[in-house]
Amino acid sequence: MALVDRIGAALDRTPGGIILTSVDAVVDWARGRSLWSMPMGTACCAMELIAASFAKFDFDRLGTFPRPDPRHTDVMVVAGTITRKMAPAVKRLYEQMPDPKWVIAMGNCAVSGGIFFYDSYSVVRGVDEFLPVDVYITGCPPRPESLQDAVLQLRELIATESIAPGVRRQRELLLPTSGDLSFGQRPGVVDEGESG
Amino acid sequence: MTMEVESRREVSGEDDLARQELVVNVGPSHPSTHGVCRVIVHVDGEVVTKAEPVIGYLHRGIEKMCENRTYLQVVPLTDRLDYVGSMYANWAYCRAVERLASIRVPERAEYLRVIVCEMQRIASHMMALGSSAADTGAASMFIYAFDERERIVELFEELCGARLTYNYVRPGGVSFDAPEGWTDRLKDFTNNHRTALSEMDRLFFGNVIARGRMKGIGVLSAEDAVSWGASGPVARGSGVNWDLRKHDSYSVYPRFDFDVPTGSNGDAYDRGRCRLFECYESCRIIEQAAAQMPEGPVKTDGLSRLISPRPGDAYDHIESARGSLGVYVVSEGGPRPYRVKFRSPAFCNLALLPMLAEGHTLSDLVVVLGSLDPVFGEVDR
Ligand code: SF4
Repeated sequence: MALVDRIGAALDRTPGGIILTSVDAVVDWARGRSLWSMPMGTACCAMELIAASFAKFDFDRLGTFPRPDPRHTDVMVVAGTITRKMAPAVKRLYEQMPDPKWVIAMGNCAVSGGIFFYDSYSVVRGVDEFLPVDVYITGCPPRPESLQDAVLQLRELIATESIAPGVRRQRELLLPTSGDLSFGQRPGVVDEGESG
Repeated sequence: MTMEVESRREVSGEDDLARQELVVNVGPSHPSTHGVCRVIVHVDGEVVTKAEPVIGYLHRGIEKMCENRTYLQVVPLTDRLDYVGSMYANWAYCRAVERLASIRVPERAEYLRVIVCEMQRIASHMMALGSSAADTGAASMFIYAFDERERIVELFEELCGARLTYNYVRPGGVSFDAPEGWTDRLKDFTNNHRTALSEMDRLFFGNVIARGRMKGIGVLSAEDAVSWGASGPVARGSGVNWDLRKHDSYSVYPRFDFDVPTGSNGDAYDRGRCRLFECYESCRIIEQAAAQMPEGPVKTDGLSRLISPRPGDAYDHIESARGSLGVYVVSEGGPRPYRVKFRSPAFCNLALLPMLAEGHTLSDLVVVLGSLDPVFGEVDR
């Protein structure tokens, strides 16, 4: 049940219109559900970034809406190769984003330099050399689904943050683990442990 | 950072009133530069007096990297050049290597190459039309066009497992044969695509706003197109009837019946419309190729993975969605190329921007840039 529905149900039971929750929970909920993105698409991965926001993948339903103006956005999606010439511009755009802000490194190039890691003389080996990256997605390019997954993971990460500076709430991340019962038992997926 | 004023300079007009010339910096991260292009624009009021593109923001050193890799390992690098149309660079490079090492390609592979490249042309033109429409404010056109591109990407994914960087065309053939039923799904696509194209034609090119924004903007004369080395829809929009598929025919293209659409005015509207009509022609080629495609192998037998051609050089070019894409490969006899050079049509077409943008307003600059359809992976390499 979504949080809004839970609030609605709770209001039903308490006629005074009062619900009790922590400020952090409400703030994190609000922040995590409308992560407007700054599409920092520089190379091939930008195509998948565009594909993610259009029909079939429809990024909007996760509350992520691309805005090319850094001042409107919460999360910078670095999609593509960052060259030494481009890096200062990316850094400056990041600095123009209002706090709180997050960074998703999309694609191998943004993670580590990818295919250009070994012998290119002009590529920055990973955007984390100059930006604090929160979520990494690998792939060359990653599928649009992975980008959506990255946003869901970022939501989990945001849910651990507090508005008090420097405080992180203890909260278990809801990412599936191999011990998780629902993991590997999705419809149509044969559990190899059982069949073998 | 998207647009900012860099400096002001006093200029005086004929009427001796003091005016200021502004220098506005557009990019390198601007939604309508289609990548990472920076344009330094000098404006007088709102009219562009000078526009200088600054390139190199995506220079990844691919040509140099090719020298450290074997001939087969270079193919994935060519994917990353023109990432809107990866198949073209694959094919152009493979043709050069095949010419250098005298490799024969099975007929079925040639047909598959033609089919995927024509599909790629549609996908690339859809992207070009959609994004240049979005520059003029017609966001709905982008959604329609991108949806068509997505259909092609799905077919490519079935064929080679990748959505964007295909690594499909290899020296000596293609990596996989078409899966069962693929050509039928292809036929369904081309049928539906024709309807979608007519719809887009009415939606966008018939729209009075799009006509107003694009007609008469960035007029390129046929002489200039030839002397500046423009190619592809940019040259054809100006009435230059030049298409390598027809006029320097390669592969199995002579067996197909198709036309080369040309424009007459050479403005942004004609260039865009040329792209749209080319999609109809691509549908025709795909259908003919799918019907004629013979059975057989898709790879040359007994080709060593370590291709080591004799010393020498080879140049080959194909018609990509942006124009004539050429690849020059020099071999010194070893398993690695000595030098690989790409003649990129997007680079040559982008060079027209200062000339075409001059005299138009700043908002028309993005229309001109969109109509040239540069892809910066290929411009900067
Ligand atoms: S990760 Fe791959 S697809 Fe993405 S920008 Fe780098 S080379 Fe291109």
